[in-house]
Amino acid sequence: MTSATRRLEPDRLAYWQAMDSGRLLLMGAAAMLVTASFAVSAVVLRHQAVDWHAALAFGGFVAFGELLRLALPGGREAAPIAMVGAMSYALLLTVPEGSGKPVVLPAVLVVAVCAVGMTVGALPHVAAGRPAGVTGMCTRLIAVAGVAFIFRSPVVRFLVPTAHHPEKQWWLEVAVMAVLIFFGWLIDTVVGALIRADDVGALFSVALVDEMQLQWRLGLAVGASVIIMVFSVKELGLGVLAAFIGPLLVTQVAFRRYAGIRATYLQTVRSLARVTEVAGYVEAGHSRRVSRLAVAVGRGLGMAEPELLALEYAALMHDIGQLSLRDPIPGGATVLVSPTDQDRIAEYGSDVIGRAGVLDEVAGLVRCQAWPARGHSPAPPLGSRIIKAANAFDDMVGSSTDRDRSAAAIDRMRLDPIAYDVEVVEALRDVAGRRVPSRL
Amino acid sequence: MTSGQLGISRTATGAEREVRISMAARIYIGVVVLAAVAAMSQTTVFVSTQMPVQHRWVALAVLMALFLICDSARAPLTSRQTKWSPSSSATLAAAVLLGPGAAGLVGAMSLLSLRRRLQAEERLFNGAMHALAGVAAGSTYLAINDTVGLPKNAEFSEIFLAFAAAAAVHVLANHGLLWGIYRLNRGDPGLRAEASESSLVLLLASDLGYASLGLVIASLWSAMMWFAAVIVLVPLFVARWAMAQFAEEQLAYAATMNALCQAVETKDYYTRGHGDRVSRGAVMIANQIGMNAARTEAIRFAGMLHDVGKLGVPTQVLQKTGPLTEDEFATIQLHPMRGLEIVREIGFLYEALNGIMHHHERIDGRGYPMGLAGHEIPEFARVIAVADAFDSMTSTRSYREAKSIDQGIVELRKGAGTQFDPVVVQAFIAAIARDGWERPGPAGAPIDLATVTVQDHDDPTAPLQVVVP
Repeated sequence: MTSATRRLEPDRLAYWQAMDSGRLLLMGAAAMLVTASFAVSAVVLRHQAVDWHAALAFGGFVAFGELLRLALPGGREAAPIAMVGAMSYALLLTVPEGSGKPVVLPAVLVVAVCAVGMTVGALPHVAAGRPAGVTGMCTRLIAVAGVAFIFRSPVVRFLVPTAHHPEKQWWLEVAVMAVLIFFGWLIDTVVGALIRADDVGALFSVALVDEMQLQWRLGLAVGASVIIMVFSVKELGLGVLAAFIGPLLVTQVAFRRYAGIRATYLQTVRSLARVTEVAGYVEAGHSRRVSRLAVAVGRGLGMAEPELLALEYAALMHDIGQLSLRDPIPGGATVLVSPTDQDRIAEYGSDVIGRAGVLDEVAGLVRCQAWPARGHSPAPPLGSRIIKAANAFDDMVGSSTDRDRSAAAIDRMRLDPIAYDVEVVEALRDVAGRRVPSRL
Repeated sequence: MTSGQLGISRTATGAEREVRISMAARIYIGVVVLAAVAAMSQTTVFVSTQMPVQHRWVALAVLMALFLICDSARAPLTSRQTKWSPSSSATLAAAVLLGPGAAGLVGAMSLLSLRRRLQAEERLFNGAMHALAGVAAGSTYLAINDTVGLPKNAEFSEIFLAFAAAAAVHVLANHGLLWGIYRLNRGDPGLRAEASESSLVLLLASDLGYASLGLVIASLWSAMMWFAAVIVLVPLFVARWAMAQFAEEQLAYAATMNALCQAVETKDYYTRGHGDRVSRGAVMIANQIGMNAARTEAIRFAGMLHDVGKLGVPTQVLQKTGPLTEDEFATIQLHPMRGLEIVREIGFLYEALNGIMHHHERIDGRGYPMGLAGHEIPEFARVIAVADAFDSMTSTRSYREAKSIDQGIVELRKGAGTQFDPVVVQAFIAAIARDGWERPGPAGAPIDLATVTVQDHDDPTAPLQVVVP
């Protein structure tokens, strides 16, 4: 990483400087919500008895879930167990406690309890020096609050069985809950996509589809678990919460292992792509810079996350074909080699990657990386055109941060619209100034 | 819960092979089946409960279907022969709602599993095992709780205790019976590695975790009847998806790693496949000296990547025919450090990095890069050193023919105590005697761009020639 990109990374800035207006707005809304909830709870609780057992049990569940957050691919964070606890609490109108009279839970109390639970669960993260994940907590809290308030609205209460009207059908209640949980999930996903689009410089529509594709399975599992939990607690009381910890943990471990191996995979490709640097074929840091640049350009051009992952792999390994050369090219700059040799290197690299049998898309991108953007048949895919431009840019500019130099490189590529895709070069010009860190 | 699959194992490349089921294992399967039949005949389908008769039959049918769905859609665990599925929740729900007989019947559905590629013996064994586990769990629950049926809020704490005991019995019966069959079928070398405790803790934990869903299904039954089973399936399948995805990514990861290592090796004609063979040799030794699964996995990668730093050695040095100058020799001696530099950022076990860095140390302390001696040398490095030298000696080099396996073993014995750790040498020889060793095919004349190593730094019988100043 060059010193310039480091300077631009958000974690180097003071906390408030790194925050954008979207985040501030979200946190402000959540803070207002929590304050109002505490205030109203304090008033309500003067006139009404509170089931402290339930508050403690669900608050504890939320805290536990917040403690066991889940890292998802792409540097995302979710707290599915906390979400199950919070949503279930939001969807419980009454908790039967032994033979005692059922107590109605006001929505403000739900919000207050969940807020306390989340904060308590986040404290160990802060103590261990990890990010507190305030944005995620605010999003979750707003989703839970939305569900809790709507579920207690007169329209919905008319549909579901209550202590006064126990004769209503269970399936109606399940359907209402399912719709509300979906609504909550939608809030969570849309806010998440907004924040992410802002963070990495992606289009909102693309970020939303990415977010949905990544989250829908986990959301489905959370939703079903919430319905199961609400009904079991109504049948068996709070003790049944203990029976949920096992299955939820196992699901969480399965997801964690999945995200873990994906991270290791990327890490390995990143490291092994450096063999060309160690062997002296390319300049130090070339593969990584090209992949960063390529991903940023791809994102600017609206590529979705799976495509971006393939692009990142291809960009990292684009020079692996040089290993077939007896001696390194002076300076490692493929831009200086004859087109036939460039193609041969690309071809060989693509064969190597194709041998893995699982990276065919990546191999395809590497194969076409030297083709001219126009006039070649078949036409190279967008990813290859991006790699071609990013590679040429880095060969000309290298780790230098001189703006004049990068402007000159861009101008040179603009002069050759046959070789370099015009759109890609424009996107490259946009990101070359910013250098957004890769988050894949 | 876990089922055995002895007949067909999928290797990393997707190849399949038949595994012979030993005579002892056949007798064992027979005994388990007889025991299951005997146990089932001792029970009635339903212990009297407050549920109306037709509801009981509906419950039994739904739980059987739930079992069959879970059982047919198994997720492969890292271990390639034991497949994991959450079907125990159906068995345990039957134990709570209907009694031991019904739990046994639900478990016996494993006979009808929709998975193809199961041999008849495997079906029989899985069915009998799950039936026995079901009856055992059901009897435990009934013995502690005195009654079965829809759980009620008032008596929840007793139910919870009885259920926990039943789940524990179920997991024990399941894994105990499986352990037996693996134990008896150990003649096959492929199975030995699988039967070792690979991710056993995780397996037991997830089994117990999902078993508790049985109680949840039972408690939901009074509220939503059959829908309880349907809705419980949703999180189960999501978890299954994640597990399958994990296994898939793991295979993809290994394949990519292989391809990249091959790419590194193509630079040198004679050492192609060297990393792969050293990796296999290191794993053979690791199994022989009883390393656990995680360390074996790490040494597999360490073996594959041990020479990656050779890329940093200029081609002229690798190709030089005459004696090397001090400087040239120094660049060769640096290759373990260069390798470390490349792989350091991979989320490896610390040990694998040590293995790569020190694989040219000698027991007598005359190796490089650090000159460590005896047990100062990390275990991984001592293991890789033996497999590394052996593969070099038994492969063709430009200056000599490949040695035979026996000659290679003789050379290893010669070096034991000076260059190699005698314990590791002994383990490797025993492993070769049992599993055999595949030498690379005779190399023809190099035809393509590849360079030819003229002096092999790995070859203990032909040490590098250095100019004496």
